[in-house]
Amino acid sequence: MIVIKNISKRFGKLQALDHLSLQLSRGACVALIGPNGCGKTTLIKSLLGMVLPDEGSLIFNGQDIRHNNEYRRQIGYMPQIGRYPENMTIGQVIGMIKGIRNSNETPDYELYEQFGIDRMLHKKMRTLSGGTTQKVSATLAFLFHPPVLILDEPTAGLDPVAAEILKAKIADAKNKGRLILITSHLLSELEGMVNQVVFMQEGKLLLHKDTTELKAVTGQKTIKEAIVHLLKTGAK
Amino acid sequence: MIRILKYVTLDILKNRIVIIYAVVLALFSWSAFGLEDNTSKGLLTVLNLLLLTVPLVSVLFSTIYVYNNNEFIELLVSHPVRRSMIWKALFAGLSLSMTAAFILGAGLPLLLFADPATALIMIAAGVLLSVIFIAIAFLSSIVTRDKAKGIGIAIMLWLYFALLFDGLVLFLYFQFADYPIEKPVVLLSALSPVDLCRILILLRLDVSAMMGYTGAIFKNFFGNGWGLILSFSLLLLWIWVPFRVSLQKFKKKDL
Amino acid sequence: MRQPIKIFLRLLSACLLWVGAPLHTPAATLHVGNGGPFTKIRPALAASHPGDSIIIGRGIYKEGNLIIDKPLFILGEGMPVLDGEFRYEILSVKSDRVTIKGLTLRNSGHSVLNDPGAIKVYDASYVTITDNILLNNYFGIYLQYAAHCIVRNNTITASQKEEHLSGNGIHCWKSDSLQITGNRITGHRDGIYFEFVTHSVIWRNIARNNLRYGLHFMFSHNNAYITNYFKNNGAGVAVMFTKHVIMLNNTFEENWGDAAYGILFKELSDCCLSGNRFIKNTTGILFDGSNRIVVTRNVFRENGWGIRIQANCMDNSIRQNNFMGNTFDLATNGTLMLNQFTDNYWDKYEGYDLNRDRTGDVPYRPLSMYSMIVERNPPAMLLYRSFIIRLLDQSEKIIPTLTPEQLIDNRPRMIPYNL
Repeated sequence: MIVIKNISKRFGKLQALDHLSLQLSRGACVALIGPNGCGKTTLIKSLLGMVLPDEGSLIFNGQDIRHNNEYRRQIGYMPQIGRYPENMTIGQVIGMIKGIRNSNETPDYELYEQFGIDRMLHKKMRTLSGGTTQKVSATLAFLFHPPVLILDEPTAGLDPVAAEILKAKIADAKNKGRLILITSHLLSELEGMVNQVVFMQEGKLLLHKDTTELKAVTGQKTIKEAIVHLLKTGAK
Repeated sequence: MIRILKYVTLDILKNRIVIIYAVVLALFSWSAFGLEDNTSKGLLTVLNLLLLTVPLVSVLFSTIYVYNNNEFIELLVSHPVRRSMIWKALFAGLSLSMTAAFILGAGLPLLLFADPATALIMIAAGVLLSVIFIAIAFLSSIVTRDKAKGIGIAIMLWLYFALLFDGLVLFLYFQFADYPIEKPVVLLSALSPVDLCRILILLRLDVSAMMGYTGAIFKNFFGNGWGLILSFSLLLLWIWVPFRVSLQKFKKKDL
Repeated sequence: MRQPIKIFLRLLSACLLWVGAPLHTPAATLHVGNGGPFTKIRPALAASHPGDSIIIGRGIYKEGNLIIDKPLFILGEGMPVLDGEFRYEILSVKSDRVTIKGLTLRNSGHSVLNDPGAIKVYDASYVTITDNILLNNYFGIYLQYAAHCIVRNNTITASQKEEHLSGNGIHCWKSDSLQITGNRITGHRDGIYFEFVTHSVIWRNIARNNLRYGLHFMFSHNNAYITNYFKNNGAGVAVMFTKHVIMLNNTFEENWGDAAYGILFKELSDCCLSGNRFIKNTTGILFDGSNRIVVTRNVFRENGWGIRIQANCMDNSIRQNNFMGNTFDLATNGTLMLNQFTDNYWDKYEGYDLNRDRTGDVPYRPLSMYSMIVERNPPAMLLYRSFIIRLLDQSEKIIPTLTPEQLIDNRPRMIPYNL
């Protein structure tokens, strides 16, 4: 579904992406992990067209995403820190995004209801706590039944109850065969949710494997242990 | 586009600064016309607002607004919206709001107190200056990611156009006083939108003085139909060029 | 009390004169046109006796030059047209006590040699020219060596575009005791022209859109012009080489151009200018070599320059005027100022009045620094009203360096006069 061909991106001295190639297919729930500054966010932003790679190309459903924006209709994106126009209310933000998407489908109001957003519609964005803002971001990401979900640190800042709701929603989406891309620092949280792991370092792709395969190869029980094991052996 | 524009405009109109801006403009204009017994003094006050305050507030507010809305731009970019649409909507929203604030603040008293032709040309100049300096703000906020630097550039540009440029021209007058400099001076004035607006208003406000001496040359140039068309086209160019450049840069910008 | 008695005495003497006049054949009335005994004017003129009336009916009369050489009362009925066919002077008045009323005179000859006019008065007194319409003539009404003549309520229009092809509307030369009243003059070279004319009054005339001056005064002493309206004439009004002129309640409006003035005073002395309005002129008044002129209770509004006073003028007194909305109230070309400015209202004055005597406590300097700069460097006008210029002007007000020290109004008025 998504083919990344040999993309590079340089910010000044920093090589954020270094000839990275990757293929992601429908039904995969991919954990995108790696140390800080390894290029995870740059990769995600490249996928969304927010960062324009210096070279290489990104193919989404067989179409190059350069000079194209319609493909984003199929992506739900939840940013790490969602910031919104300060003076707009939650209701207005949701209304605006709906207007931009201009979709005929009935929106997916599940998270909206579970997070109780309908009770806060009149609240201005600048008065919201970080967690509430994340709830809005999550709701927006899932609102249009997108075939592809890109979630940047989805559970960070959420209270445990909300985090569980969101996880359940992600699992549900996975079962529906959506392509999900998650970044998280909490490897334990990804356990049981993802079925593929992409590990990046210094802008390069270190590995891309099924979780079961990864565990089998490393002989570890959890993803976390497997990664730690890999890093240790890799260091040798 | 329309929907983004609607939300951006509503967002800006609710912004306290814009409301204060409109109120302050109104306060100064109304008191200028109300307290002075002759309109020409009131017009002078409004003219000063128009040539100094309007550009300053437009350029500063817009620069800060664009920086503050980086995340909002990101939010929109992740949706199926063309980048140019976002930039244009932001520009149009800011232009609409600042123009509305100007017209409500200074335009109404102008229409009420000044003679209609003068009022119209001053309102047109105010609207154009607002939009021109918003375009300049877009340019200065796209050339650097650093907010402080961007605001600095915006203020410098304002300082240049509103104050320094005239000093420069005056200096040139004295340097070349012995030469026939009328025509070069006309051309020179086109290099600053503030000056262009000032001259257009001057030709109405001081029409008697402009009929004499070399004034007639300027009057002939700016005063006739073609001169007016040319002046307004130049002003529109002052909007179009900075905005186009900023748009090209925005399309290639990494967010 | 004295006025009514005077009038009464005058009426009485007039009655006595009439009664005492020598008796002769009663005055006849000769009818021209409209089925009258005469179809043309010339035979009627020939048949008339002094004191007769000639009544001219409606129609167009092309009879070349008509000479009126006896006292006659010539009256048009239904504005008959006397056409000069661009070749003739239409009416030549060569007798005293002629009255011409209610005619339309058009298309007089054009000649620079003998200056033909629609009506020309040669060396005559007590001629009255009223209620005529003059169209497209070279000169309109031309008086030379005339005295005690009345020119009243005539409408004088021409449509020449070039100065040298056009004569003056009302031209008076070497005359005395004239009354020029209630005429409307447009499109001529000068609206009203006075040269060597004395003891005359110009009252309630409207001169607009004339090619050169609305009113042109030269070597004409002891005259008054009152309540006239001069608008949009090529060069405004000029009063030159003259003494003792009284100018009251006139309006000078929209005289625009490089050399156009509300009034130009050239070599003028001992005159009084009061109650006039100068509105939207490039220059309200230009003083050039003029002395001892009192300028009081006038309004200068929205002019480019209210008053421009050359350094060759002295002992003029400018007081109790309103200066409002002028681009520059004052300009001068020198550093010496021997004229007096006092008690004027200047709308640009920013002083205060602590003792509430309606006079500002700090003197006002009406000459702005920038007007000096523009005087020397006219293109700098284009920078006017910019911030940098305001800074310059303000600093000059605090520490005067360029402007003449004596040019100062020590008693600036706080509120405008009700003028």
